[in-house]
Amino acid sequence: MFYRESGDFKSNYAADQQTFPIKFDRIGVAIFLVFAFFIVPFIINDYWEKSIIVPVLVWSLAALGLNILTGYCGLVSLGTGGFMAVGAYASYKLTTSFPELNMFLVILFSGGITALVGILFGLPSLRIKGFYLAVATLAAQFFLIWLFNKVPWFYNSSASGMITVPERTIFGIAVTGSNSPPWATYLFCLIFVVVFAVIARNLTRGRLGRSWMAIRDMDIAAEIIGVAPLSAKLSAFAISSFYIGLSGALFFSVYLGAAEPTEAFGIDKSFLVLFMIIIGGLGSIFGSFIGAAFMFLLPVLFKNIMVGGFGWPTDMVQHLIFMLVGALIMFFLIVEPHGLAQLWRVTKEKLRLWPFPH
Amino acid sequence: MSPVILNTIEVILNGLMTGVMYSLVALGFVLIFKASGIFNYAQGVMALFAALTLVGFQTGQVPFSHLINVIFGTNYHNWSNGINTFLAIVLTMLVMIALAWLVERVVLRHLVNQEQIILFMATIGLAFFMEGLGDLMWGANIKVLDVGLPSGGSFWLEDVTREWASEGSEYYGMYIDVLDVWAAGIAVVLVIALTIFSQYTKTGRALRAVADDHQAALTVGISLRTIWVVVWSIAGFVALVAGIMWGSKSGIQFSLSLIALKALPVLILGGFTSIPGAIIGGLVIGVGEKLFEFGIGPLIGGATENWFAYVLALLFLMFRPQGLFGDKIIERV
Repeated sequence: MFYRESGDFKSNYAADQQTFPIKFDRIGVAIFLVFAFFIVPFIINDYWEKSIIVPVLVWSLAALGLNILTGYCGLVSLGTGGFMAVGAYASYKLTTSFPELNMFLVILFSGGITALVGILFGLPSLRIKGFYLAVATLAAQFFLIWLFNKVPWFYNSSASGMITVPERTIFGIAVTGSNSPPWATYLFCLIFVVVFAVIARNLTRGRLGRSWMAIRDMDIAAEIIGVAPLSAKLSAFAISSFYIGLSGALFFSVYLGAAEPTEAFGIDKSFLVLFMIIIGGLGSIFGSFIGAAFMFLLPVLFKNIMVGGFGWPTDMVQHLIFMLVGALIMFFLIVEPHGLAQLWRVTKEKLRLWPFPH
Repeated sequence: MSPVILNTIEVILNGLMTGVMYSLVALGFVLIFKASGIFNYAQGVMALFAALTLVGFQTGQVPFSHLINVIFGTNYHNWSNGINTFLAIVLTMLVMIALAWLVERVVLRHLVNQEQIILFMATIGLAFFMEGLGDLMWGANIKVLDVGLPSGGSFWLEDVTREWASEGSEYYGMYIDVLDVWAAGIAVVLVIALTIFSQYTKTGRALRAVADDHQAALTVGISLRTIWVVVWSIAGFVALVAGIMWGSKSGIQFSLSLIALKALPVLILGGFTSIPGAIIGGLVIGVGEKLFEFGIGPLIGGATENWFAYVLALLFLMFRPQGLFGDKIIERV
């Protein structure tokens, strides 16, 4: 009833290669985007912007980045928090050193800087993989955070050791700092997320994405059929770090406003993003989004129910949330190791045949 | 001897003691990894949980008192003034065995034949669950654990070493925590006991058979599930010992679970499948990070202990990916 493929014939290559080959999907995505760009900005309020939508967008970008590395190229990284910190500090240094620089460019350059750092820490991946690589990326996590704590140049020698974002405007409207209207920060993040989700989607469908997946599935065989492991692995690290850097820059400059490395970009953030892509689905763009939304919103929901509804003390609810998150991760791994994205795929298959199951 | 040399010796000795602590955690990792191919991230949290439970029994806390009080509006905190330490250790061990059984029953049984990375993720989930459970059961405040082990500096050692220093130099003797020496001794006993267990008992032999080859072990009639429960119980026991040691040293708090992360570079150095490797790896990391902090740390701002172990492991991996004592990694297409 919903997915009618018959009558949906392709007559040229462009139609054959489009991202959403089924009309129903295309219409759905179009409606969603129109809603996100033209309706939400008018109805968004401070609470929704600060505690729900903007963080979900930022974490989606980070999950997208890690999914490129872990889901598509098969390289497990626990350095996400460290790379986000690189993006955040790069954006801080850029905004304070070049006050005239457009905020869009600041965020993009921060991503670029993070990509370079990512390549550096990605070098060991040429020799090691699996757990070993995960431990190697822990080096990135702890070393980078230590660096940002210890070298005064990074935080402009501020007395507290914290970095605080200055107010910057685009077309006369503040997008960073405390005076920015909710709709402006929302649209600012949304533009980045949509543009880079489209880019990620197309990257993973193209030559580069296919070489990543070949490396992931069996690296030696991939090498034999002519995929260069050096360029494939390092490009995965670079592009993944670019995305994570973007999200770190947005996280700091748009969402947090002020940050301290150990607190904001600790190892728990690395795990959080890893959980997002496991729950969402490894190797799926859509999965990155639902994973990020799920992992971020679930604690918020529990908190609202238990603290707001039952009136339980906050610290106890915090422990309960820990337990629930842990249990959910195990549950998902047992029931559906391929994540929420797989559930959606199954639903789609069912919808195609509905109401005739065979 | 000049004070510099003596100071260096003191740093090395303290590094060795810290290394023993890392080895204790790493040992639990190796045991589980060898027997089931599972990389158990929750090992550190198991140590935390064991220590929390031990203190809970020792002081006679009511488990989940916080939750019960909130839901039913009661006011329970303690059911007695606490019980004998030895009894508390035995009870804690029983809890750890029950936990091992539960983990096998609820989680691992359903994850047979999954990829290693999936199992690894599952143990991360387990770590989160146990962290929440431990705090919910016994409260999240920092606790003091005292099982009667002596602690503090040794005056005897201070006096002896002061005499070694050359005349007229300002040297006040070495400081080595007696507790660390005890921990080292207990670790040695533990390793010997584990070796005897795995070499001379029936279960131990079955354990080694499973470690060598799962399928072959199954065909000769060894029950994998029982073995897994046994291995997780032993890992729970090792976690309990590690938890007691770390807990008496620095109090029981959340950061205890972070030592699990420090055990990862230890394993990289020693190799994932080698018990002597875990110990030597721990010692190398312990001495290395203390020496680095002592020698180079002041030049670059200090607190290098946070990352030294990982960077060392990273560099080491470049040259010898299988670790010092690990099995050579052979890949076939």
